[in-house]
Amino acid sequence: MTPSRIPVIENILSANDQVAAQNRAALDKAGVFGINLMASPGAGKTSLILETIHAIAPDLRVGVIEGDTAPVTIDADKINEAGMPAVQINTGGDCHLDAVMVSYGLQQLNLDEIDLLIIENVGNLVCPAAFNLGTHANVLIASVPEGDDKPYKYPNIYRNLAVLIINKVDLLPYVRFNMDYFRQGVEMLNPGLMTFPVSCVTHEGIDAWVIWLKEQAASARTK
Amino acid sequence: MHELAVTESVLNIALKHAGQANASKVTDIYLVIGQLSSIVDDSVQFYWDVISADTLCQGATLHFERIPARLACQSCGSEYAITSALEPCPTCGSFSVRVTAGEEFYVDSIAIEHANEETVS
Repeated sequence: MTPSRIPVIENILSANDQVAAQNRAALDKAGVFGINLMASPGAGKTSLILETIHAIAPDLRVGVIEGDTAPVTIDADKINEAGMPAVQINTGGDCHLDAVMVSYGLQQLNLDEIDLLIIENVGNLVCPAAFNLGTHANVLIASVPEGDDKPYKYPNIYRNLAVLIINKVDLLPYVRFNMDYFRQGVEMLNPGLMTFPVSCVTHEGIDAWVIWLKEQAASARTK
Repeated sequence: MHELAVTESVLNIALKHAGQANASKVTDIYLVIGQLSSIVDDSVQFYWDVISADTLCQGATLHFERIPARLACQSCGSEYAITSALEPCPTCGSFSVRVTAGEEFYVDSIAIEHANEETVS
């Protein structure tokens, strides 16, 4: 008996993409703008979320889905203390969030009561890049102390970004970080990528980032 | 990294198409994976042997077709492959480039057997 070969041509993560499309539909129906915030551990994801909430709170209601590899609620507790709803998703050791995990998180949030959803992905520059969550924008935080070679070493995560945030720019005088070299790598992977240099300590650059978020949330609401 | 999730997806896709074709056995699975995808073939193979047990795919051979990453220079128009690290255009040194290949990530085809070929149209 000779085996016969049949064509498939199916994206390996197509099942994830289907759930991501459902997540997107739920966000669109509620008029919520969603972002998938990715970064390495310690780049300042939670700090940026807290800064963002602080700056945006009078105008927009923010919901947060916190992805963590361990059942610790340190990050979610900080968001709740800032007065915004946060849902903790424990990935059980997995290195990334996927669309199914996010769909569970969405069920625990009242989307009609928020304008902006921030999903804090697991701290990792490799795996989160592969999984579409259904958000409207992928946002990466690169922090200055991580080094200027990260676009060259982790090209994938820079490929599908809508926004890049360069955090901890207040440390530029103290660490070796060649901004031109860094930006050249980014430009090769994602030409013309919108970039916000910020510091969550001095609050430099936060305003520009928040203005962009408000514009996106306003257009999501009127869709 | 996320090879287990990837391997499970490959198994689900193969089983779905094998079921639609009334296959009794899947003998081969042909994957096309671009160089920019951070997947370790050996890890996928390891998980595959474990999770495909007791399914139509048990014992099926995984074939990995790796597509090299290629960049097209937007300044001088030349195309080049990158080997390990991201490099500017070797012809003119420009950083203005576009990725043209290396992001592939799909199941191309599967090879199947039918238990009773006469019943299959």
